[in-house]
Amino acid sequence: MGGGYKTLNKPGSGRRKKSYFNRGRQTDKLSLGEVIDLIGSDGLKRDLLIEYLHIIQDKYTYLQARHLRALADLMKISMSEVYEVASFYAHFTILDDKDKAIPDITLRVCESLTCELFGANDLYNDLIGSGINARILKAPCMGRCDKAPVVEVKHHHVLSANKEKVINSINNKSFKPDIPNFITLEQYIIDGGYSLLKKIKDGAIKYEEVSQVFNKAGLRGLGGAGFPAYKKWSFVRSYEGPRLMCINADEGEPGTFKDKYYLEKDPHRFLEGCLVALNMVDAEKCYIYIRDEYPGIIKTIKEEIKKIENEKIIKIGLLEVRRGAGAYICGEESALIESVEGKRGIPRNRPPYVAQVGLFGKPTLVHNVETVYWIRQIYEKGSDWFSSYGRNGRTGLRSFSVSGFIKSPGVKLAPAGISVKELIEEYCDGMEEGHKFIGYLPGGASGGILPSNMDNIPLDFDTLQPYGCFIGSAAVIILSDKFDMKLVGINLMKFFEDESCGQCTPCRNGTSMAVKLMSRENWDLSLLKELADTMTSASICGLGQAASNPLISIMKHFPEYISNGEE
Amino acid sequence: MTEFKLNGKIIKAEDDDTIWTAAKNNNIEIPHLCHANEVGYEPNGNCRACVVEIDGERTLAASCIRKPSEGMVVSSKSEKAQKSQKMIFELLAADQPERNQHPDPDSKFWQWCDKLDLQKVRFPKLKKLDRDISHPSMHVNLEACINCNLCVRACREVQVNDVIGMAYRGHESKIVFDFDDNMGDSSCVGCGECVQACPTGALVEKSLVDMLGVKDKTYDKTVDTLCPYCGVGCQTKAYVKDEKIIQIDGRDGPANNQKLCVKGRFGFDYIHNDGRLTKPLIRKKSSSKNPILNYDKANIADYFREASWEEAMELASKGFSDIIIKDGSKSLCGFGSAKGSNEEAYLFQKLVRTAFGTNNVDHCTRLCHASSVAALMECVGSGAVSAPFTAIKDSDCAIIIGARPTVNHPVAATYFKNAAKKGTKIIIIDPRKNEMSRLAYKHIAFKPGSDVSLLNAMIYTIIEEELYDKQYVSSMTEGFEELKKKIKNFTPEEMSDICKIDAEDIRDIARVYAKSSKSIIFWGMGISQHIHGTDNSRCLITLALITGHIGRPGTGLHPLRGQNNVQGASDAGLIPMVFPDYQPVENDKNHSKMENFWSSKLDPNNGLTVVEIMHEVYDKKIKGMYIMGENPVMSDPDQNHTIASMCKLKHLVVQDIFMTETAWYADIILPASAHAEKNGSYTNTNRQVQMGRQVVSPPGEARQDLDIIIDLAKRLGQNWSYDSVGDVFNEMAQVMPSLNNITWERLEKEGSVTYPCEIEDGPGSEIVFTQNFPTTSGLGKIVPTSIISPHETPDKDFPFVLSTGRLLEHWHTGSMTRKSESLDLLAPEAIVSMNSHDMRQLGIEAGKKVKISTRRGTIELKVKQDWEIPSGMLFIPFCFSEAPANRLTNPQLDPFGKIPEFKYCAASVIV
Repeated sequence: MGGGYKTLNKPGSGRRKKSYFNRGRQTDKLSLGEVIDLIGSDGLKRDLLIEYLHIIQDKYTYLQARHLRALADLMKISMSEVYEVASFYAHFTILDDKDKAIPDITLRVCESLTCELFGANDLYNDLIGSGINARILKAPCMGRCDKAPVVEVKHHHVLSANKEKVINSINNKSFKPDIPNFITLEQYIIDGGYSLLKKIKDGAIKYEEVSQVFNKAGLRGLGGAGFPAYKKWSFVRSYEGPRLMCINADEGEPGTFKDKYYLEKDPHRFLEGCLVALNMVDAEKCYIYIRDEYPGIIKTIKEEIKKIENEKIIKIGLLEVRRGAGAYICGEESALIESVEGKRGIPRNRPPYVAQVGLFGKPTLVHNVETVYWIRQIYEKGSDWFSSYGRNGRTGLRSFSVSGFIKSPGVKLAPAGISVKELIEEYCDGMEEGHKFIGYLPGGASGGILPSNMDNIPLDFDTLQPYGCFIGSAAVIILSDKFDMKLVGINLMKFFEDESCGQCTPCRNGTSMAVKLMSRENWDLSLLKELADTMTSASICGLGQAASNPLISIMKHFPEYISNGEE
Repeated sequence: MTEFKLNGKIIKAEDDDTIWTAAKNNNIEIPHLCHANEVGYEPNGNCRACVVEIDGERTLAASCIRKPSEGMVVSSKSEKAQKSQKMIFELLAADQPERNQHPDPDSKFWQWCDKLDLQKVRFPKLKKLDRDISHPSMHVNLEACINCNLCVRACREVQVNDVIGMAYRGHESKIVFDFDDNMGDSSCVGCGECVQACPTGALVEKSLVDMLGVKDKTYDKTVDTLCPYCGVGCQTKAYVKDEKIIQIDGRDGPANNQKLCVKGRFGFDYIHNDGRLTKPLIRKKSSSKNPILNYDKANIADYFREASWEEAMELASKGFSDIIIKDGSKSLCGFGSAKGSNEEAYLFQKLVRTAFGTNNVDHCTRLCHASSVAALMECVGSGAVSAPFTAIKDSDCAIIIGARPTVNHPVAATYFKNAAKKGTKIIIIDPRKNEMSRLAYKHIAFKPGSDVSLLNAMIYTIIEEELYDKQYVSSMTEGFEELKKKIKNFTPEEMSDICKIDAEDIRDIARVYAKSSKSIIFWGMGISQHIHGTDNSRCLITLALITGHIGRPGTGLHPLRGQNNVQGASDAGLIPMVFPDYQPVENDKNHSKMENFWSSKLDPNNGLTVVEIMHEVYDKKIKGMYIMGENPVMSDPDQNHTIASMCKLKHLVVQDIFMTETAWYADIILPASAHAEKNGSYTNTNRQVQMGRQVVSPPGEARQDLDIIIDLAKRLGQNWSYDSVGDVFNEMAQVMPSLNNITWERLEKEGSVTYPCEIEDGPGSEIVFTQNFPTTSGLGKIVPTSIISPHETPDKDFPFVLSTGRLLEHWHTGSMTRKSESLDLLAPEAIVSMNSHDMRQLGIEAGKKVKISTRRGTIELKVKQDWEIPSGMLFIPFCFSEAPANRLTNPQLDPFGKIPEFKYCAASVIV
């Protein structure tokens, strides 16, 4: 981290040493054969590069340069194209051929805010000190904040982790994801599942009708931006086909785990919603981009898709799961699209918007998991059902991912507009013993921080802007007097520093510089303010634009925690 | 057209304009770094230096990519915009090396810092990176890098060399070569496009910085000129300090759009090599002519003495006139050069024809494309290309056969690679794979020497499947019925066995070529350097004629010319059987016209060609030779024979800039000028006549070539008087209708004009044969061909096929490039390329020294393991005098083009 530039080789000089070979690294027959064994050699597709990298790494633990060289050859792309993609995603480990092999087991200790509140740092140090034969890394939010701290052992997540649990997991060889029971296809169909889809496909229900229901229900994009779903459909429809669709299941906003909750509980409700939306815009195909931190869900969704293909509910290939590789930025829709295309997850400049020029240059509908999850229920129960909920003048339902120092963390389906005070008291059984409520994050790492004296603001889209905050994915993290607010700020800024794609200057250099300045004992408030202003106004995407929200919040609402060097 | 308000002023923007370009057109400057505003570089919007405030928008917008809309109110000077612009620079400046320790303190980046008055940086420096000095010509200091991506775009989108990538993420992201390898160890081809694009000096020419990577040279003048190397004809800008070139950039010429290759950008230093000839030399009386075994170890003073120009010129001319008196004009000959200017070529052949009185004047085009020209003259009435290589941008399909443009025409290759990426189906036909193969629709690696079978099988397919253009064939061509009869035996199924390509693949490429609405063919010496070279070209011409893929945008025939002025030198008459503009010398009308024009008696018969001349020299029939800038000892086939011939010459005058291998056999050596030391016009492969300008003075007593030719002509009794290079051009233009409407003044002003040029100030016709062909009938002539096997095929004793050619870094015989330190470091020693399978069979490791023999000789050199080479084949570049490929080559000639079979002979490998 921080200035640790990776370089495989040290500089040399002078005359070309390898004039007895073609320029650059050569493909060797053995590696070529090994890669062909894994992915074949014909019909390789450029957009599947990340999938191929996964396949190779799954087999060999890490990505060896010789395999990457062979892969480039097979895919007929340049070495740099392979390398820049492989090195972009945190879950890929590249080793040069001369490098020492790394241990077979990788531990990832979640260092995002909730886990840090629950001692992730000490746990990390404990594990490092324990002498276990594993590679131990820090990693960003794993979407299990209600069971913080979390450690991933290979693909198995140890919840409410401590050193002993982790060592047990290694000793018991529990490396596979836990897959909770879910509503099966049979149960789902018995319960009337996929009949809405059928009616739409048969033409019994028309686009206009569905659109109207959702207009009235007021279903908005639940990934964070809150754009009304029905409007998105009409935008995408307005551009000539062929059109495509993507599902954003790259739930990476620290503190958020609601999509995971729904995907684990009722995968077919999600899939049917997804298919209904696909029909709304006549998309040719939908790619479901699931973060690599959810290996169990990836497996389940793939298997359940196969089942509905077998049942002829959908044609083969209509839904395709794509596995992320550890990059928060891919939750940004245009970065997600780049990633589905097999590239680095770099947000695109807008305009054009993805509804017009999206995946593979085609008009593309991008929905969050939860948005489509509600489609069947809202349609069946009617628009009034959804809009009948609400509190403090707001309407609808929200799934809050609540974590932090409360008694009962978890996903809380609550009326939109509920205040944090109500949420803590009515849904979370109050604060944890010995903790005094001092503030909260209303919308994950990027939504800003509010103090406890502002605990009565309705939590919903549009209500938090006046306070410099937003609800985003409704990830509410409750802070207490037991944790230094300055460390909260540094934790969040470091997250953005690590997750910035690096494309634009204000975000790439700004987050880094902010971490540096915030780590100082005294804060240069005017410089930080200036820096934050530029990050907010000049960054390309939401990450950079929102990265300074926690910083600004702390300066504004928690001045007592920081020193500017003046008495 | 859009109207919007910028900084309070209403301005108009074209549909394609961004806010940035509209601002620029209205002289409003907006800072920019990642936006190059140059050809080939799409705006990217990543650096955010150009952000502007748009009314009603929450965030700022990058003006380089944002298009204005009607009525938009934009400010680049609002407080918010300016603060952000400046903050961007401050953030970037924090990581830069100190300005007085910087690789380029005059870079665009620092210039903008000055303009924005950035005086103080309030942030700490976070970036710490090692320098990468592994490349001989480029210095990499990524602490100065601002991640603007211009080098990535230069490498990937402009050049399509695909070496540089932007790897890692966030604050750790940085540009990498391949797998984050050192530049010098990577697949980098050294084109230096990244260096030209870099706005900070993170990537910079080593020639401009000191040992620590700090800039220590600033130019005192620049000169717009041309690249001295291949036939592409890149326009360059030379930067000069203290009479030395320190840097070359590409200019936006019609054939290069700012791009250059490693030779053009870094190979300029040969002119400053210590080995330059600076004084005339005369062979010592005591020194007899014998083959020299090791040129590197030979000492000039053992063979030659320095002399005054007066003495050398007097002896040079006396030697020639003595032979004329004693043995007659036919005992003299001259080899001009395709490296020299049009004016030099013209005066050289004029001298041989008038002062020597013989048509024995030829040049290296004989060894390159003579057979292509023979076929083109025969079939379409003109030896030049029918369309420029840039025409590929309009093509749906392109065949590239027997050519390796990524090596020999690297900048032309950038257009091919870009077309491939945009969807043009490129069909590469070559026994050897190459760097472009991965972008190709198909690479047909057929058996060496089986070109005629393969091409006829394609023609067969097109005729059998009725894919030919019936209307075009009937209205524009002759000879189709004859072809139809003769082609019957060439079924793909039967030819498949000969050329070792599946019949279905042959049919497929034939279909793709014929069915595409616009197809074009490019070829190189893989086609021409065979005893059936003319037949090979005839087949290609037939393909174009029967499908009508000629005379329209995106179609045509383009033999890629090898040297910078091979087109111009041929046009100017450096050919034994034609006067300037290809007027046959044996035609009475031409003969008397030229006798009249030059006021001189002329030889009425065709002269001899390069290899024929060598035979006559060997037989002591030709006794005197004048060579300007050619190096037959290295370039001609069967070197032992060539050297034996050279030793027999009674009087050899060599005019060159270095002690070439040929010069060692001279009687008089005249130190001449390099390309950068003289003015002149040059005609590239695209028929673009371009202006090369003098950048520096010739060293020591070296003289400009034109001056030497004129001096020699005068001493031989010619009444020549030229005040300037322009005078010579104007004289040529009088007898060369191809130069109609192209004047010296135009060239000086415009830099480049394409011929033929129909109107006085028009740009010239890029595409020719749009209405008819310049043949007597006006029709394109289809000439059927039959299979001729290569002269010498592999057998038990010589089981390999040996082919020769060039390397990316070394041009022609290496007479210039091997004197360039930059290029020599990249390709320092003689190598033979072999397939790894053959190496395993023979137990050879890469780098091992082996002996390669043919029936004509043996050389010793190291083995390069080369995946491009098929099993059973060897490749040796002909530029290494310590292991001269041409000691091995077969001098058998194509009967029409008189070109030797450089691309095929039988060889053995002895471990």
